[in-house]
Amino acid sequence: MRLSRSARGLLAAITAVVLALIYLPLLVVFVNSFSTSQNLTWPPPGFTLGWWAKAFQSDGALDAVLTSLQVALASTAVALVLGTLISLGLQRFEFFGRDAISLLVILPIALPGIVTGIALNNAFRTGLGVQLSILTLIIAHATFCIVTVFNNVIARLRRLGTSLEDASSDLGAGIWTTFRLVTFPQLRSALFAGGLLAFALSFDEIIVTTFTAGSSVKTLPLWILDNLFRPNQAPVVNVIAVVLVLVSIIPIYFAQRIAGAEKVVR
Amino acid sequence: MTGAQPAIRLTGLTKSFGNVNAVDGVDLDIVEGEFFSMLGPSGSGKTTVLRLIAGFEKPTSGTISLLGQDVTDRAPFDRDVNTVFQDYALFPHMSVLDNVAYGLRVRGVSKRARYEQARQALDTVRLGSFVDRKPSQLSGGQRQRVALARATVVQPKVLLLDEPLGALDLKLREQMQVELKELQRNLGITFIFVTHDQQEALTLSDRIAVFNEGKIEQLGTPAEIYERPSSPFVAAFVGTSNIFDDTVSHALLGRAGTHSVRPEKVSVTTENRPLAADCTAAGTLAEVIYVGSSTQLIVDLDAGTRVVVLEQNDAHRVATTERGVRVTIGWNNSDIVTLSAPAPAPAILAPHP
Repeated sequence: MRLSRSARGLLAAITAVVLALIYLPLLVVFVNSFSTSQNLTWPPPGFTLGWWAKAFQSDGALDAVLTSLQVALASTAVALVLGTLISLGLQRFEFFGRDAISLLVILPIALPGIVTGIALNNAFRTGLGVQLSILTLIIAHATFCIVTVFNNVIARLRRLGTSLEDASSDLGAGIWTTFRLVTFPQLRSALFAGGLLAFALSFDEIIVTTFTAGSSVKTLPLWILDNLFRPNQAPVVNVIAVVLVLVSIIPIYFAQRIAGAEKVVR
Repeated sequence: MTGAQPAIRLTGLTKSFGNVNAVDGVDLDIVEGEFFSMLGPSGSGKTTVLRLIAGFEKPTSGTISLLGQDVTDRAPFDRDVNTVFQDYALFPHMSVLDNVAYGLRVRGVSKRARYEQARQALDTVRLGSFVDRKPSQLSGGQRQRVALARATVVQPKVLLLDEPLGALDLKLREQMQVELKELQRNLGITFIFVTHDQQEALTLSDRIAVFNEGKIEQLGTPAEIYERPSSPFVAAFVGTSNIFDDTVSHALLGRAGTHSVRPEKVSVTTENRPLAADCTAAGTLAEVIYVGSSTQLIVDLDAGTRVVVLEQNDAHRVATTERGVRVTIGWNNSDIVTLSAPAPAPAILAPHP
């Protein structure tokens, strides 16, 4: 397709503006993490590594990162197991109520977080009589993490069809062997993509978390919210934010490489 | 192990999807070691019968026996039959060698033994040098051969082939037909071959079952199916036929019922020239289609029907190539096939009111 010179210029300008809108604020956060100003004045009056040192000595911040990692890993693990089972059940078997169950599985991602939060809070405390803790938080996160795994896996199963599984069973493999040697290897990249999304969803979730975490459980988003408007802490929050950006680039990079490698194979 | 026992016996086999009977009461014995084809248009139930034999579908009613053993309720992995799938269904994440060794692997054969056997199987299909490739790096014909090696390396009693040549181009298909026939002869196992290509079925098979609407329309050798079709459906589906309905049969043959005659059994000459035939009819040449080794002539008979004639383009062919020319066609009584006699039969040469 050929575009005129002015059209190309216009499209380049729009692209630049959109990308700038996304990445300039991140750059500001990055610069501010070295700023000598405590209340984030712009431009920064001077630069220091003090906040970085302080952040890595702050027990609250490090604990919050660990808690968030625990919660995200656990709810992703739950979602991977249950999401795969549900999608296998719904895609490979026919039974009464299949469509209804499919809808009910996807629904939590569309529900407003505040509704999910209140509902689960009620269910845990008054319905089940359970103390809010890190476990209740993991269960709450798993409800919407399942959806991303489910969506990825069921799309893959649909595309795969049943002929590979038929072939495996035809050659003498039982159901479990077929899953281990044929179905699972075909699902691996879908599970990775779904798991990555689930992890990201859980890691920065704040609304449902507010309602379902025990009072002693402080995830990173909760910690940031608590500290952002506290004197002396804003620059430390910036440091944490920069670290998170750097950390989240790594899985995205690998996800892209896996997707690229798969395209070459097909 | 007696030879009299059929490799596969189907009794009253029925499979319904909703209210549709995809397979509708099929009884069939397939002899050990034969190359058996199930031929029919799409939706005729032939593939469903194959999937029932493989165990991918459960019959609504009826039984399937494999060498005298009832396997109706057994899972696919518990039956001594293997399938070559239409889309090959090779495992994309495994090498060619691992694909072929798969059946041995799940049977617990040691790594060395299974790779050894898989290599041998790949040698038989002339793919010995492709062991390390992934299926995606092979051509259609090569994938087809991997699928064959993978299904035969476990030495099944019966090999099921679901339109295995459907995805190949014509030249390759003809070459693979020869290879399939050779493979079957060398292995000596029963092949059940599903196809919608009548030419393929006629070329390869010892016996053919022609399927229509979930039922076996006719069962016989290729020559029986082609020369003596038992119904208008078989006459029309297998090869080309001139089918004369009741009225036309009266006019041309002087008897009631539905009859057919193959285009190559009809001879043709320009009007008023002698024709050595039991029976003749006059008409006008409507179309001349040159097809290489032969020429197809379409003749509008005065009796009010259209007849296709196939003439070999050999040294004896008379130049009847101009449209609109008056011609005489003729055939011998022995080449006329009675597809259905009018009730009450027999009606041959019966006087009519």
